[in-house]
Amino acid sequence: MSYYLLLIPLFPLLGFLINGLLLGKLNKKIVSIVACGAVGLSFLWGLKLFFNLLALPADSRIIEEIAFTWIPSGEFNVNVGFLFDPLSAVMVLVVSGVGFLIHLYSIGYMHDDSGYGRYFTYLNLFIFSMLTLVLANNYLLMFVGWEGVGLCSYLLIGFWFEKQTAADAGKKAFIVNRIGDFGFLLGLFIIFWSTGSLNFITVFDKAPQVFAMGAGLITAATLLLFLGATGKSAQIPLYVWLPDAMEGPTPVSALIHAATMVTAGVYMIARSHVLFLMAPTTLMVVAIVGVATALFAATIALTQNDIKRVLAYSTISQLGYMFVACGVAAFSAGIFHLMTHAFFKALLFLGAGSVIHSLSGQQDMRFMGGLKRHMPTTFWTFLVATLAIAGIPGLSGFFSKDEILWKSFSSDYGSIWIWAIGLFTAMLTAFYMFRLLFLTFYGGERMDHHAKEHLHESPKIMTVPLTILGVLAIVGGYIGIPHILGGGNNFEKFLEPVMGNVQHGGEEAMVMASSGQNGGTELMLMGISVVLILASIYLAYVLYVKNIALAGKIRQSLSGLHKILYGKYYVDELYGAVIIRPLIGLSLFLWKIVDVILIDGLLNGLATIIGDISKIMRPVQSGLLRRYTTVFLLGVVLILGYFVFR
Amino acid sequence: MPGIKIELLIPEMFLFAWALFLFLYDLGAKRKNSQSLGYLAMFGVAVTAVLLSLFHGGMVFGTMFQSDQLALFFKVIFLGAAFMAVGASFDIASEKIHNHRGEYYGLILLSTVGMMFLSSASELLMLYIGLELTTIPLYVLVAYFKDDRLSVESGMKYLIVGAFSSAILLYGLSILYGLTGTTDIVLMKINLSLVFLANGKIGPGLILAIVMVIAGIGFKLALVPFHMWAPDVYQGAPTPITGFLSVGSKAAGVVAFARIFVNGLIGFATDVMAPLDWGIIVAVLASAAMILGNITALRQKNIKRMLAYSSIAQIGYLMIGMVAATDRGISAVSYYMFIYLFANMGAFTIATIFNDKTGSDGIISYAGLSKSSPGFAACMTVFLLSLAGIPPLGGFVAKYLVFASGIQAGYTWLVILALLTAVVSLYYYANVIKMMYFSSESPSYKIKPPIPAQIVLFIGVAGVVIFGLFPQPILNLAAEAAKVFAF
Repeated sequence: MSYYLLLIPLFPLLGFLINGLLLGKLNKKIVSIVACGAVGLSFLWGLKLFFNLLALPADSRIIEEIAFTWIPSGEFNVNVGFLFDPLSAVMVLVVSGVGFLIHLYSIGYMHDDSGYGRYFTYLNLFIFSMLTLVLANNYLLMFVGWEGVGLCSYLLIGFWFEKQTAADAGKKAFIVNRIGDFGFLLGLFIIFWSTGSLNFITVFDKAPQVFAMGAGLITAATLLLFLGATGKSAQIPLYVWLPDAMEGPTPVSALIHAATMVTAGVYMIARSHVLFLMAPTTLMVVAIVGVATALFAATIALTQNDIKRVLAYSTISQLGYMFVACGVAAFSAGIFHLMTHAFFKALLFLGAGSVIHSLSGQQDMRFMGGLKRHMPTTFWTFLVATLAIAGIPGLSGFFSKDEILWKSFSSDYGSIWIWAIGLFTAMLTAFYMFRLLFLTFYGGERMDHHAKEHLHESPKIMTVPLTILGVLAIVGGYIGIPHILGGGNNFEKFLEPVMGNVQHGGEEAMVMASSGQNGGTELMLMGISVVLILASIYLAYVLYVKNIALAGKIRQSLSGLHKILYGKYYVDELYGAVIIRPLIGLSLFLWKIVDVILIDGLLNGLATIIGDISKIMRPVQSGLLRRYTTVFLLGVVLILGYFVFR
Repeated sequence: MPGIKIELLIPEMFLFAWALFLFLYDLGAKRKNSQSLGYLAMFGVAVTAVLLSLFHGGMVFGTMFQSDQLALFFKVIFLGAAFMAVGASFDIASEKIHNHRGEYYGLILLSTVGMMFLSSASELLMLYIGLELTTIPLYVLVAYFKDDRLSVESGMKYLIVGAFSSAILLYGLSILYGLTGTTDIVLMKINLSLVFLANGKIGPGLILAIVMVIAGIGFKLALVPFHMWAPDVYQGAPTPITGFLSVGSKAAGVVAFARIFVNGLIGFATDVMAPLDWGIIVAVLASAAMILGNITALRQKNIKRMLAYSSIAQIGYLMIGMVAATDRGISAVSYYMFIYLFANMGAFTIATIFNDKTGSDGIISYAGLSKSSPGFAACMTVFLLSLAGIPPLGGFVAKYLVFASGIQAGYTWLVILALLTAVVSLYYYANVIKMMYFSSESPSYKIKPPIPAQIVLFIGVAGVVIFGLFPQPILNLAAEAAKVFAF
């Protein structure tokens, strides 16, 4: 039977085409119906297929469909084909589901923007690219989606292109992503060269035969893929574009820079886990980069004053957790966190957007405060999301984050150090998130008089998505309650046909948990983290609600450290000095010396030679008819001569 | 005789009658009403296409007229070229041709009838007649601007070189007849092998025949060194006729070449039969075409001359599929020609409309076109990118398939050369795009093509994009066409 997987990305593509071709000719209402309807239909179709998938026995939950063959030629066929298995099912539902809510929210948020139609056109194109990325059955099509996502993020970050910073941020995102893409592409070349295919199933089948475990080639390939992932998923060293990307409209930040696009890297690694498992060195690199990014970004988030910037660094930090999970071979834990994070981070961004909307564009938390009274729905949903990301038991973030911490402790690939840094980062997370919450919603109203009069709760079209996401941020974790807490970890079980039983959790952990050996450790670690997190929340409460003067004092006594953190470790400046300035110098050299003198000289020389040749030839192409016939005849004679004398 | 299915000739007969009808209509119609003639011509072509879909598959006059899949495929290309050439001609017809508009359109259709006969010819005489039927109306059309020195001059050149090559072709064909005692291509193939089996060798006369036929058809294809007429004629002729020459007339040459060489002389394609093989010669000529066409195109300042050299180079690429002489090669050639129809007719249509508006053919005049006429410039960009072979447009798939067939047949050096020259070609195609998009000039005029030309441009863009993204249906048809020859 045919499942028509093609329909899932097709709906947003149609939305894109309709709104794009009739840009400026449709009124806002129709634009929003088309755009939201397209994504909504994708979600519904994805949901239907999800239930179809559930109805199949667990082992055969892989649907592969070739939509069409682009270029058939001999052994190498370029196919447009889709793969729907538990992993892509989760991704499709997250992308189209969260995407749909953000589309709805955007109707309210972008209502007065002059680029309304253009905005929704880009948004649909983005969803189309992302769905292509997660549904592709081969690396080539995945790469097409990957590039499409990069293009859309460029367009959407630079959406307000008349603003110089926005245009620059768009360019920065694009260029940094290109570096990662280059790595990804090189990785693909190695894979294709070794296995002769780019189809996922074929590649993963052949991989154990063509690659030796831990050999240089597979390590190089996976490291290159990981480089691609660091670009898209904003990890060290390519994370610099994401904070700047907050120049785009806030719903875009929620969609691209929290819920979907940045998860592409995590998805790609989870999809390629067969390859990564064959390269332990790469896994170690992934885990170390992940945990370093998590810590690094969390420390920066401590001091930022721009509400969206805090969230941006928090995203980078949370993505770090997902890479830690991949690095310790707990791929389904990574995807689990990806999903819960999509819920609560989209909620945080949309909540922040609601706040900014109400304050007429103000993003600096020093000019907020006391919004709890004015915006109750925004506050309560924001509180839920904050509790979730902090990892308070009972909310989604707790289950997924704790799963990652436990795996980083217990997995063969993990270590106590990764666990410890992860735990410390979790404390920082709780601290900076509650700092944000307290500064925004509690305390005195620090905005100016004019803004104070304008304070209002956002319209229904914005608060309804907030509420839905709030519910998801709570219950989203219940599908992955670990065995130790009496759950069945259904999420991991669901992904098992894709991931196999690679991670050390699985059945083994269940056995251990019931026998009470390792279970004790797991419970103890869980307890430690909960206590520490609660402590750091209390600390934030003391510093930013009860005794605000103390925060200032601490900041002064640690002014050096604060300056470094506030300056984001001066990485942008470092890149500027170490990479960009020399590059400009190099390009100046290339332009002035190599290009103008060498190449132009060479080309001009060549052109002169060609010119000379054509000068010799010119009498031939003279317009004189008898010359033409002479050459014609000469041609015949020459060819004959060739036959005769060879 | 069981084989006479005269109804298979209905499409050709209808188009012929329609051309005559246009002559008569022009006599009766008022002079002011120039549009209706053009629409009637387009209508006639469309009806012929419908008739063609109803009547095909079989033979007429013994085996002389083959209405097979290959003929069908190329007839669609001819009709497409005629349709697009007529659609591009409306402004020219109303402004530059004051008398004899009916003849202008009628001759395009008559030439198309010739091409259709040619593509169905499975016999040397028929093939030669078809070729003449194709070319004679074109002589007149090239010189149609009687007051324009260039047009008249190019018509004269075309006529004389054409007559010259036609004579050479006829010599070649008569030698083939002398060697085999038949004009039927399939019989010729059989007789040649019989002669070879009987004597263990074939006389040197075959060499003469091969070279002369290559030269004669090489003229139609503008294959180096039989290309000298092309730049002058392309520049001087009315632009839609140039487009028609570069697509329709070339496609006719391609199908004639395929019938004689890839079918009749297939045994002599590779160096198994050395020194009587034609493959290596055609490969060398193709590489000369790619080198000369691409390098000379770099320095052209006139868009029509640039496109003339570009089409010389394109034939070079296409001949790779021909020398491969496999079913994959022929289906790649067919697909290539099909895409080339859209891209090249589109580009020439743009050049026509641009000239109608500005009176200029200079590439430099295209500066800043994207600002005043964005849609128009975008169409041109699509055509040029397809000609350059940029994915995902049709030109890319076409080049890819032709190159793949060349490599499969062992012509790796030829494909490498093609790739290198294709890189060079990107420069002159992109140069026009650069002119249109990255020039600080902003022209004062705004180009709004007449409706028929808009239709032509739409067909061109749609063809290049859609059949680039979804080549499968066309590839299936092309594979069917290639099956006509039993490899």
